[in-house]
Amino acid sequence: MENRLAPKRSIRNISDTNLLMFINIVVFVLMYLMAILCLGSGFLKPQNFFNILNENASLIILSCGMSLVMITGGIDISVGQVTALVCMSCAVLLDKHGGNVITSMCLAVAIGLAFGLVQGTLVAYLEIQPFIVSLAGLFFAKGLTTIVNANPFNVEHKAFVQMRSTRIEVPFMGSYNKKGMYIPAYIEIGVVVAIVVVILLFCLLRWTRLGRNFYAVGGNAQSARLLGINVKRTKFIAHLLCSVLAGIGGYVYFMHVGSGSPSHADGAEMNAIASSIIGGTLLTGGVGNIVGTFFGVLSLSTIKNIVSSLGLDEAWWTNITVAFMLCLFLLIQSIVLRRKAAGAKK
Amino acid sequence: MENSEVLQLRGICKYFPGVNALQNVDFTLRSGEIHALMGENGAGKSTLIKCLTGVYVKDGGTILIRTNPSDAPEAEFDAAHIRSPQDAQNAGISTVYQEIALCPNLSVAENMFIGRSGAITNWADMNKKAGEILSSLEIPATPRQQLGSCSIAVQQMVAIARAVDMKCRVLILDEPTSSLDEQEVEKLFKLMRDLKAKGVGIIFVTHFLDQVYEVCDRITVLRDGCLVGEYVIEDLPRVQLVSKMLGKDLDDVADIKGDSDVQAVDTSKTPVLEAHGLVSNAGIKPFDFNIYGGEVNGFTGLLGSGRSECVRAIFGADKVLGGTVKIKGKQVKIRKPIDAMKNGIGYLPEDRKHDGIVADLSVRDNIILALQVMKGFFRPFSRAKAEQMAQEYINLLDVKTASSDTPIGQLSGGNQQKVILARWLLTNPDFLILDEPTRGIDIGTKIEIQKLALKLAAEGKSVTFISSEIDEMLRTCSRLIVMRDRKVVGELKDDDLTRNKVMATIAGGEET
Amino acid sequence: MTPATNNKNAFVSGLRSLTRKQLFIPIAALFALIIFNLIADPSFFVIKLGYNSANQPVLSGYLITILDYGSELAILAIGMTLVTSASGGQDISVGAAIAIAGSVILRVLCGTDSRPDHMKAPIIVAFLVACVVAMIFGAFNGALVAFFKIQPMVATLILFTAGRSIAAWINNNELPIIAEPEFSYFGTFIPGIPIPTPVFIAAACMVVIFLVLKFTNLGLYSQAVGINPHSSRLNGINPAIVKLITYMILGLCVAVVGLIKVSRISTINYSVVAKDIEMDAILAVALGGNSLGGGKFNMAASIMGAYIIQFLTTTLYKFNVDSTALPAYKAVVVIILVVLSAPVVRERINKAKKASAKKSVKEAA
Repeated sequence: MENRLAPKRSIRNISDTNLLMFINIVVFVLMYLMAILCLGSGFLKPQNFFNILNENASLIILSCGMSLVMITGGIDISVGQVTALVCMSCAVLLDKHGGNVITSMCLAVAIGLAFGLVQGTLVAYLEIQPFIVSLAGLFFAKGLTTIVNANPFNVEHKAFVQMRSTRIEVPFMGSYNKKGMYIPAYIEIGVVVAIVVVILLFCLLRWTRLGRNFYAVGGNAQSARLLGINVKRTKFIAHLLCSVLAGIGGYVYFMHVGSGSPSHADGAEMNAIASSIIGGTLLTGGVGNIVGTFFGVLSLSTIKNIVSSLGLDEAWWTNITVAFMLCLFLLIQSIVLRRKAAGAKK
Repeated sequence: MENSEVLQLRGICKYFPGVNALQNVDFTLRSGEIHALMGENGAGKSTLIKCLTGVYVKDGGTILIRTNPSDAPEAEFDAAHIRSPQDAQNAGISTVYQEIALCPNLSVAENMFIGRSGAITNWADMNKKAGEILSSLEIPATPRQQLGSCSIAVQQMVAIARAVDMKCRVLILDEPTSSLDEQEVEKLFKLMRDLKAKGVGIIFVTHFLDQVYEVCDRITVLRDGCLVGEYVIEDLPRVQLVSKMLGKDLDDVADIKGDSDVQAVDTSKTPVLEAHGLVSNAGIKPFDFNIYGGEVNGFTGLLGSGRSECVRAIFGADKVLGGTVKIKGKQVKIRKPIDAMKNGIGYLPEDRKHDGIVADLSVRDNIILALQVMKGFFRPFSRAKAEQMAQEYINLLDVKTASSDTPIGQLSGGNQQKVILARWLLTNPDFLILDEPTRGIDIGTKIEIQKLALKLAAEGKSVTFISSEIDEMLRTCSRLIVMRDRKVVGELKDDDLTRNKVMATIAGGEET
Repeated sequence: MTPATNNKNAFVSGLRSLTRKQLFIPIAALFALIIFNLIADPSFFVIKLGYNSANQPVLSGYLITILDYGSELAILAIGMTLVTSASGGQDISVGAAIAIAGSVILRVLCGTDSRPDHMKAPIIVAFLVACVVAMIFGAFNGALVAFFKIQPMVATLILFTAGRSIAAWINNNELPIIAEPEFSYFGTFIPGIPIPTPVFIAAACMVVIFLVLKFTNLGLYSQAVGINPHSSRLNGINPAIVKLITYMILGLCVAVVGLIKVSRISTINYSVVAKDIEMDAILAVALGGNSLGGGKFNMAASIMGAYIIQFLTTTLYKFNVDSTALPAYKAVVVIILVVLSAPVVRERINKAKKASAKKSVKEAA
């Protein structure tokens, strides 16, 4: 008997998830090296890396939530505007309604929860396309932000300001400035939150039944049902978690910028989707991982760093590059996976 | 209740709007038996299976499952309320579906355990267990391998391994051998016999007659949603089985062939269509085919034997991988439907709903569609002309519709079929393929369609007629190509065109 | 049964058949808006004839605003309807594509000089170039959808992000201004004609699409492909090409709207122009009673839907709703529409209807 059935070695044995993550990490490392080469040793300082984390803590959280939903085969483009809504609402709560830091955190999570409940129900139980549900969510959040308060303003609540300027020192990674003073490397509180989220979600996806169900539902929802999984509930929870994470990520963003503004996090959903795709999450579902998404965010940010260090006009070069990378990765994904599948099916 | 019985279905009923899919069907499965469930399309066997596995919820009847081990003195049967696949799983019913119901993006090991594992996944443990199962069943796959990277055959075996590992009392195999080659089928049979020895009851749904006779102990036959009977395999020779599945026709109409003006086919002329070594990506063995002007021929055989796949290859509906086609002696390339249409071929598809009707469009639009496409993008028919053509055929075929504006989806199945027929008649093809044109249609209309086929032949056109009803084929065709298990096994004409001979050729094996 | 109940039954069944017609939804929405405004402030409906700065007669008033800005939406709705019908999804990049089209027009007319005294080329040439460019971008979207089988909304996300940046790049990030008044005629008024020009442009587009639908099989093909691509293929249609064509037609519509937008202010603002117009265009198609999942469409209903969306927007403006808060209200309307047309919801409504019908039959007996 011919070894039609014998397992073949080589690329076909790596799972799709791992293969795409591998490609992403390679791309990121290459990019970072290129940045170091082009932009000199300034890039080598660990603080540079920590600054990337500081700047993108909220995007990391948003992208992780987005990956969850994408793994189940859905999408949620409202997360950016939910972030803006959270910022504005918490700002108003703190400065204009005498709230305290704890209540503002609760508000952030509550907003995320509310969006998640509604969107999750519409997508999972009423079976409406996730894109149009979240598009409506996007516009609803956008409008609501302006209704809450039309003008941007900085938060002056003392406890909050104190919290957001807290720097957590990272030992041993500091550098010496021109005067010879040792400046310790630091990260913001938001980064700690982001890392905790990444670790928790990694564990969720890898070891819990719910996490594995996400993959099954995204891989083949019909089969998942026949295998005994409650598909509707799984999708509902995915959308719920994504929006709750948008609430948490929104608060982290709020801590980072310290103000409320209708134009905050403009385009953040696009960045979250791009980060997920670059990190190896498939649009069609069933494939994706948190580590990859994390590196996807870092890749995106490195590009922005390179762009601004080169003195180019940041806003629109960034848009073009993000769109280009997105397109590129979409095509890479479809080519690599098509080849892989063609080899196996025969 | 006998001690050895492990599953009892009594009086199962299932209704869909307009269709009585199952009427009072009984089914009994004993432990340690391999029981075949057979029937043609529309017989209800897939509906029965789906009721049993929780994909559908039955409308009536009871399902009783033995939960005690088979060596207990009292057999205890519990009524199982199965409303979801999870319920079926919990009741001890394992299923292997025809389309592989696994997730290609997960690993082999994970596919075996997902949906029935604990809240926390212990990967090392799971992989180890999976490895043990895979090696005990000699499946050539590793636990960590991604399922999608395995061939379809291996995937099917993993699905079987999963079902088997679930320590079920009842194992349902729904057409498990469609993607397997002979050696793989043998492996499967060995597995089934091992399970049988352990006391598992196996329901084996298949179209492959040879396999049924090789491995099964009993057969239950369904037809038109009703139980025909349950038989022990030794008591039911092949030809009788085929006869029970296809049933006797309700009508015994006079020899309409004799009434028609069909001339004897002149085979000295060039055939209207001649195909050599035609093979498509649909899995049939390469075949030859020809048809002459003024001839009605047909493909016959059981469902799943490959009849539709052959004609789809001729029409270019599936991807053609090889072979040549000549139209009236000239070689042509038919790679997509429009090529066939431009060469004067028309095709009435088997699956009316999926491939035939455009549900929301009006009857008129459905009738003129094919002709319109042939005429071209920039030359639409005027409303008046379209209306006139549509009315002509509505009258000719006596289509019962409120108006030509009615969306075709609202018509009854028989009338929908007439509209599709009208569509192709309107294109005035030289060669018309009718794939199961009379399925699900009342008897009067059936006769009309059969007569129509003969009338076309009398006018010099060629018709290929496919049907599961042998009498229908005998009434209309002058030549029959018999298929079994995806290949052509015989061609019958003239004196060989008798019921017995046809059924014998379909059944193969020993004639009675 | 008495004649009275007979009449009542006839009325009820007549009403039921009316509600089933597709045009019912936009007409009902229109009535609701008209009545609302009549009650709230009848001065909404006043039209004044005045004179603009060039001493030309112009009509003004809220109704004129609706016709004026609604015409842009109507033109977009034409293309969006076809795209929705054939591919079962929506193109969210139209706003960004309008920015590109407008930018191309300015580039052709101004060259590299951002404050030219005279236009460097005839307006018609600039418009044609914009058409070609917009159709190329439409083909890009169409190819992703038709050949790479990516969901329409996701495929068009790419241009949605990059589009405005591309638009700015075309003019080197500058904001060219056209001084000649002839250019502004397209977006404002032609001297001597008091009705805004976009209304005429929209009317012309409606005539064109009407002719195209009448003299080609575009309508039949895109509906067939949207309803049942398998059957369409077996009838000789090429579903991928049909989808591609619909996206290119949308590209043409984008170019027309681009011309109007740029002509209104004789310049362009890359991040603001046509912002969120895609939402309105999609709403227009949905409000016209067309299924967002593809298939049968009614072009007139979509066009009507466009003007009704504009009516809603203008009404909200009148009541001093901030333009940035507007999206929230529209989002609610979208959700209500989409929920009501969801198959799951329709099934439940039908079941409830059948149950109550059975109940009333039982009670009558």
